[in-house]
Amino acid sequence: MLHAVIFYFFAIMTILAGLAVVTRRSPIAAAIALVVTFFFQASLYVLLDAHFVAVAQILVYAGAIMVLFIFVMMLLNLRGSDPGTLPHIPGRALAGLAVAGLVGTGLVVSLEGLRMMDMGPAPDDFGTIEQVGALIFNGTYLLPFEVASVLLTVAMVGAVVLAKREV
Amino acid sequence: MDQVGLYPVLFTSVALFMIGAAGVLSRRNALIVLMCIELMLNSVNLAFVGFARHLGQADGHVFAIFVMAVAAAEAAVGLALVILLFRHKASVDLENFTMLKG
Repeated sequence: MLHAVIFYFFAIMTILAGLAVVTRRSPIAAAIALVVTFFFQASLYVLLDAHFVAVAQILVYAGAIMVLFIFVMMLLNLRGSDPGTLPHIPGRALAGLAVAGLVGTGLVVSLEGLRMMDMGPAPDDFGTIEQVGALIFNGTYLLPFEVASVLLTVAMVGAVVLAKREV
Repeated sequence: MDQVGLYPVLFTSVALFMIGAAGVLSRRNALIVLMCIELMLNSVNLAFVGFARHLGQADGHVFAIFVMAVAAAEAAVGLALVILLFRHKASVDLENFTMLKG
């Protein structure tokens, strides 16, 4: 019972924080709401026995990616250009809501068959860094792991090349 | 020990994905559009972790880690593009960038 209550609390808080990301006028407020979303989501991961993913979520998202976002906002100094830009045109917001509603309804309907699925107890070492590491490094995921490292290198070089001024 | 089922996890994931999709389609600030894309990638991670827990196999966790790597790469390149756009027109309002509209 307690597990379910805590899960629903964190799930609702995650969704509310996610709504705040979309509805805030200033990008800084949206970024802070996004950090809150990430932390609540990390707590959902903990409740699902995904301990390593939860830690990685906080380190990578709340740590690295959000610092990058806020750093760029400070760098651009958006004051005076267009701080807010909620959609002035109601058609735009309406289009967003309509598409999201359609996709959401489709997904929820397709989930209907899973409604009664129960989760058994997790295996003992489930989601520990040891198990995930074993899967990555001597399991089937060694090649994708190496490809991911190449992707990160390419992205890093690409970002530097794009953003630097011409010398 | 009554765990919560798979359905609430997936429902939360769908709700987050919808919020992100609505944000991408309706907001005009390029930075907030990027944040909404992060939100959508995160909702997919939640579904991966939920299914991993349901099936008792940690493969979903590995995929969640890979999605995080892709999200980090996407954020880095996307923010570099936003800086370029801002240098071009001193604005991050996507309404100002319709040169390719024809």
